[in-house]
Amino acid sequence: MLFTTGSFVLFASLTLLLYFTVPSRLQWWVLLGASLVFYALSGAEYLVFILYTATLTYVISRLLQKKADAEDSYVDAHREEMDKAQRKAYRADGKKKRFRLLVLGLILGLGMLAVLKYTAFVLGVASDIAVSFGGEGLAIPSLLLPLGISFYTFQSMGYLIDVYRKKARAETHYGKLLLFVSFFPQLLQGPISRFDSLHEQLITPHRFDGSSFRAGFLRVMWGYFKKLLMADTAMIGIKLLIESPEQYRGIYVFLLILLYSAQIYGDFTGGIDITIGLSEMMGIKLTENFNRPFSSKSTKEYWNRWHITMGAWFTDYVFYPLSVCRPMQRFSSFSVKRMGRAIGLRLPVYLATVVTWFLTGLWHGAGWNFIVWGLLNCLVILVSRELEPLYRVFHKRFPRLGSSGVWGAWCAVRTFLLMGLIRSLDCYRDVPTTFSQWASMVTVPNIGELFSGGLISFGLSFFDYGVILASAVTVFFVSRAGKDVPLRHRIADKPVLWCALVALLFSVVLIFGAYGIGYDASQFIYSQF
Amino acid sequence: MEQLLEILNQLHPDVDFTSVDDLYEEGVLDSLDMVRLVTEISQTFDVTVPPEELVPENFQNVKTILAMIERLDEE
Repeated sequence: MLFTTGSFVLFASLTLLLYFTVPSRLQWWVLLGASLVFYALSGAEYLVFILYTATLTYVISRLLQKKADAEDSYVDAHREEMDKAQRKAYRADGKKKRFRLLVLGLILGLGMLAVLKYTAFVLGVASDIAVSFGGEGLAIPSLLLPLGISFYTFQSMGYLIDVYRKKARAETHYGKLLLFVSFFPQLLQGPISRFDSLHEQLITPHRFDGSSFRAGFLRVMWGYFKKLLMADTAMIGIKLLIESPEQYRGIYVFLLILLYSAQIYGDFTGGIDITIGLSEMMGIKLTENFNRPFSSKSTKEYWNRWHITMGAWFTDYVFYPLSVCRPMQRFSSFSVKRMGRAIGLRLPVYLATVVTWFLTGLWHGAGWNFIVWGLLNCLVILVSRELEPLYRVFHKRFPRLGSSGVWGAWCAVRTFLLMGLIRSLDCYRDVPTTFSQWASMVTVPNIGELFSGGLISFGLSFFDYGVILASAVTVFFVSRAGKDVPLRHRIADKPVLWCALVALLFSVVLIFGAYGIGYDASQFIYSQF
Repeated sequence: MEQLLEILNQLHPDVDFTSVDDLYEEGVLDSLDMVRLVTEISQTFDVTVPPEELVPENFQNVKTILAMIERLDEE
């Protein structure tokens, strides 16, 4: 069930009505019921997979907790008899046993994701290799990919790791854990929440709070504005630019980069606005997933502001464990001895960074384009890091230029374009085609075509450009104005202004939004990841 | 303290680590720095820093890093 459909609006309204009318102790049951119904309506066959993940997570987390509790009780009971070394050894042994259990949980949990999402890709690669060696191609099965599986699997596995690390206590009520895994507003495209920040909020009763409700509603409307005006209008043109790459080269690739940036920003941040806004209406605060990403002045900063919860997940659960694990530490000692401190200390960190970005690419999709996308991001981050001493020299040499607004704006534009360029791998979905299109930006001088009908040759009218531009400018100024305190919180307590804005947003979406006959009601891009 | 300061200064020679309140919040250390730091701490102080300890609270300043090392040595 898409956020942009009438049935979702009806479904969300009924859920809200029920949520605030049932006795408070039953509120979380309403959320659980709504979440399961929501998922079943998106595809009843998908329910099996989410129930599998929730049940697996429940069982393994309970076992982990049981072992951790037994470990703590034993140490407490024998504190007097054990010296520091014995305690350490006992703890280390207990941790090792819990680790084995965690690994089992991760294999079974991530394994299902891997099988469903990557089997076709792996078999496809194997088939290509077989054919290139003169063998026969393999039959590629078409497997069902449940909606939002990457999101709820990561959220569940994050929780398992937190229980293993004793950062969270395992939930004893199956229904409550199932709600944490399946909470419907965030089920399809995140944000990927942490147990300690979400679970308690979901099961705690919430009384109706007018201010929170109004602020949340405004954010939902804002999400629809971004999605239906900016993203879905841009999508009309993007489709044709992607479908006919040989026809649209040179300047059109640059245009695609701009349009796709508008689409993915409107689509993903708009979807998250609806998710966070709807939750806020119920008094539940979800973790923010964006922080004005297109104002970033470097790739590193961009990744601290774009899809924040996914980046944090990979940092905490992949990059850190990989970087400080024993084999990596041994590799570090070895490389320091062999290559000196400068290179030796860098190697393990950079190796872990490459692996993390490789997996980040794979998480987005089973395809070479996603892998290359991840590795290119990694390359830019590592090269920028190595160039930092040069930047420092530059800033020392030109202190006024380095701290000026012009320089800041240049850095933001540069980062925006670079990220947009790499992101276009997601559009063409084919690495050689993408590279060839990039090259055409230099080799095909066709800028003049834009002014002789080229701009409106791929489905977008001048009116559509106006809608995209006006919505992008509005988004820019609204996000700038709400940099410190979100505007919706200031407006929520002014009922007249709030009503006027809701009416305005509603009218604008209704009049200028891309929907209805002749439009393809676009799925949210990230729900397919 | 001196050993730790030496490690930190090698990482970022231009920063006065004794005067920074929050190395992470102020953008002095990022995740890659933290890992390099942990590698050096493990080798210098002979402690194992598990991944769950790589949280901003433990890397706010020299004092919190030292407190973490002492705690890990105790445990």
